[in-house]
Amino acid sequence: MEFFVDENDRVDGVDKVTGKAKYFAEYQLPGLTYGVLVTSTITKGKITAIDTKAAKNAPGVLEVLSHLNKPSVAGYEQAGGSPMKIFYTDQIFFNGQPIAIVVADTFERATFAASLVKVSYEKAAFNTNFEASIKDAAVKKLQGQPPYVRGIADAYKTAEVKVEQIYTMPVETHNPMELHGIIADWQANDKVTVYAKTQGVKSTQNTIANVFKIPAENIQVNSQFVGGGFGMALRTWPLEIAAIMASKQLKKPVKLVITRDQMFTMVGNRPAAYQKIGLGATKDGKITGITHTAFGQTATYENFTEGVVNMSKFMYDSENVNTNYYVIPLDMGVPIWMRGPGEATGAFALESAIDEMAHALDMDPLDFRAKNDPEKDPAQNRPFSSKYIKEAYKLGAAKIGWNNRKNKPGSTIEGSWNIGYGVSIGVFNAGRGRASVKGILKADGTLILQSATSDIGPGTGTGMTLIASKLMNIPVEKIVFELGDSSLPPAPSQGGSATLSTVGSAVNDVCVALKATIAELAANSNMDATSNFVDVLKKNNLPIIEKTIQSSQNNPEAKNYSMYSFSIHFVQVKVHQLTGVVKVSKIVSVGDAGKIVSPKTARSQMVGGAVGGIGMALTEEAILDNRYGRYVNNNFADYHVPVNADVPDIDVIFIDKPDPIVNPMGAKGMGEIALIGFAGAVANAVFNATGKRIRSLPITPDKVLEG
Amino acid sequence: MINFQFVRTSVVKTALSLIGKDPKAAFIAGGTNLVDLMKRGVIAPEKLIDINHLPLKQIELKNNILHIGALVSNSALAENALVKEKFPLLMLALQAGASAQLRNVATVGGNMMQRTRCGYFYDTTMPCNKRQPGSGCGAIGGYNRMHAIFGTSESCIAVHPSDMCVGLAALDAQVVIAGAKGERKINFVDFHRLAGTTPEKDNNLQKGELILRVEIPANNLNKNFHYLKVRDRTSYAFALVSVAAALEIKDGLIANARLAMGGVAHKPWRLTASEVFLRGKPATLANCEEAAKLAMKDAKGFGENDFKLKLAPNTIIEALTIAKSKA
Repeated sequence: MEFFVDENDRVDGVDKVTGKAKYFAEYQLPGLTYGVLVTSTITKGKITAIDTKAAKNAPGVLEVLSHLNKPSVAGYEQAGGSPMKIFYTDQIFFNGQPIAIVVADTFERATFAASLVKVSYEKAAFNTNFEASIKDAAVKKLQGQPPYVRGIADAYKTAEVKVEQIYTMPVETHNPMELHGIIADWQANDKVTVYAKTQGVKSTQNTIANVFKIPAENIQVNSQFVGGGFGMALRTWPLEIAAIMASKQLKKPVKLVITRDQMFTMVGNRPAAYQKIGLGATKDGKITGITHTAFGQTATYENFTEGVVNMSKFMYDSENVNTNYYVIPLDMGVPIWMRGPGEATGAFALESAIDEMAHALDMDPLDFRAKNDPEKDPAQNRPFSSKYIKEAYKLGAAKIGWNNRKNKPGSTIEGSWNIGYGVSIGVFNAGRGRASVKGILKADGTLILQSATSDIGPGTGTGMTLIASKLMNIPVEKIVFELGDSSLPPAPSQGGSATLSTVGSAVNDVCVALKATIAELAANSNMDATSNFVDVLKKNNLPIIEKTIQSSQNNPEAKNYSMYSFSIHFVQVKVHQLTGVVKVSKIVSVGDAGKIVSPKTARSQMVGGAVGGIGMALTEEAILDNRYGRYVNNNFADYHVPVNADVPDIDVIFIDKPDPIVNPMGAKGMGEIALIGFAGAVANAVFNATGKRIRSLPITPDKVLEG
Repeated sequence: MINFQFVRTSVVKTALSLIGKDPKAAFIAGGTNLVDLMKRGVIAPEKLIDINHLPLKQIELKNNILHIGALVSNSALAENALVKEKFPLLMLALQAGASAQLRNVATVGGNMMQRTRCGYFYDTTMPCNKRQPGSGCGAIGGYNRMHAIFGTSESCIAVHPSDMCVGLAALDAQVVIAGAKGERKINFVDFHRLAGTTPEKDNNLQKGELILRVEIPANNLNKNFHYLKVRDRTSYAFALVSVAAALEIKDGLIANARLAMGGVAHKPWRLTASEVFLRGKPATLANCEEAAKLAMKDAKGFGENDFKLKLAPNTIIEALTIAKSKA
């Protein structure tokens, strides 16, 4: 079959849509066995007994491992500590905690045998109630970030106009389509190969090395394709260690793929949040004080914090800013960053409050933002490396038809529907790490690039190929970018919108080095400096030349600048007067993320972020019954991610101007800003449509109706 | 795995004899719900009797009555020309259910037989009187946002999840059932039950019986009708509240009104008092509002679903308004 491919297409697009792309669970190893986890049905306490007799006698069962008979794991021998040491404790920290693994010759037999494992517990009192814990002085709160004060704390309280409100959001789960798991194949001589679902093959390799105390080079991690991560594959979870333990014990490869309901408990979540924003302004719309106090959720057995209050420190020009961020340890599985992470949580609160203030001042919320847009980063007192947010306002406003928006809420009515417009900003650190890339130029005209980075979906291979293609003047189809293999030159995990910046810089550097080598060879062999590399290699009788370069972490000038990516989301919503149903009817997302290296995949990122944003704004909520500590909607029918019918056409606009500081491409990351702020834009649009301010996500029909 | 026998027959009599002999057997048609329940450990039939090959896939008009075979798929029924022309309310109800993929497989009989989506019913570690009589009701005092406001009992506040059934209840459908002693016919509204003290029983189908078909008598409700489903997302979500509304308007007055609701009770909830009120009156907003008010008599919230006390009448009003406005 012929496929139409243009230079913008994903380099692995055809593989993905034809099934050629191989995901971790699809590797068929000889003698493969199947693991299924037994999970706790109490929320806190102690395991007093595990009866595995029936399970062990069930057909096809090879092994049942728990804390009672686990193999020795060198890195776990010291008691306690974080992260949780699976099968090294009889303690139950959360409901759904993996407490045993059953391995059998088929998945079905392992599943059945797992149902036969009988566990006895000694129950203890537990607390999973986040909202109640905030007001309960007896519940411990940990400082999640040092308190921050610029100018006068709580200055908003004495302002001419003030807004003081509380914004909440529930637990969200990442729930990528691909279930989590691993295939572990422990071989003789303490060598292990794993096929993993990971956002960082080197990170997985290092974790395994630390846990089993074997050299990193003994561990081969393969993760070429990942079916979505959104942050949940940024660490190696205890369940993965369980599968490796079982493989080591059995001397057979073990495949473990968890179930959808287990995706809610043992691979992290976006923590619930409770945020108070105090905003003060002069009557003419100058912000005089911002106070942001946030509570997040963490676990009792591991700690998790994120950047919930970061944006409030620098997004608006205010002499007085103070922030506080606390986390509350609950008897639940530990959270992990979920796309946009804490910044998306924080932006919902701050950008809702900004809208509330604009309304209180009777100002257009765009004008209010523009009036308080800082020239310099007020937190660091240094310039931004690049920032075109005002230009982004203009482009987005024109595209969505912002001039149709009436400042008075509830002014636009079409039949049974109220129409409203909302806007919100997103911002995220434009980070750049250090990565190594190997470049191999071949006399057949091809270029191979290798790096142990990952691609959880954004199109890493495509972006890197385009960078190299442009620099080397080699057509895209002659370049192969290899990733997802821990034996390749090291790169950081894919997270925090940093891969393009980090690995792209190394691709840039390796291409520059290869070009220099070619030029040098050309000069030495009396060839023209602009000669094609194929001719130069042939003339020099070289089949290949290769270079491995580790990029420097930053431009030396970077320390003088604040580097952020920005987004501004415009939405139009329709709100039904009688039923409270909210439909997002138009979306314009503008990205200010420097130079766009790969327009098609960049657009896809923004589209995906908007869809995730609709989920955060309107539908997603993992519901836990605090009496039992168990989720009651742990499946795809009841945990609502948006469906196609919830998503209108999405207009994406890029400023597409290179950032002069961040990296040689001038490109800033954009995975997070695609989502950050989106929920605020929807909430603000609902207010503009109805006059109802919903401060609790998701904005479901009941909340609109009762609002 | 938990082993079970799987048998297939293409003869109704054989199917009846098979199920009659085996108290732990179950029929399987589309399996969209049954297989889920088996996987979650909620049920464990010892024998599955595949009835997909029974000759129950006809849709035909006989003496002005539409006969719908129990094995007609939801999508085939929604696409059927007779249904579109004569009973478009049913078409809308079908299209509001599940997702396109599920509707392709799910059957009429299976849709009637589907179990509640209450989270406590699905989680075998939590209490549920429907799954395990006497274990308690998790939803009372727990997560009950999706739950019933009408006809509840102390033992169960679950709702029946179907949209199709709400449409059929409104259309005065009847159910033809076969058993060892022959055939019987019951009104569709009497097919499903309230939970009472026996929430484990969803309906009045007796052990050993098989649904053969559903019959819908002719009516003049194909002009002014609407099915309005309010849910948390636009597709593939169960109803918070749904309303099937159909009016026969003659000379500016309502000659016949049909109203039924979903997402509010253990069975499709027919609004007879509202229908009686509307009959003979003009379809004004005030009358629609009064009908909605009447419908809410005896409604009771359980905390998280209190919003339905407002959403339900609003949805009735909106469904009636859209229905009457159709040209």
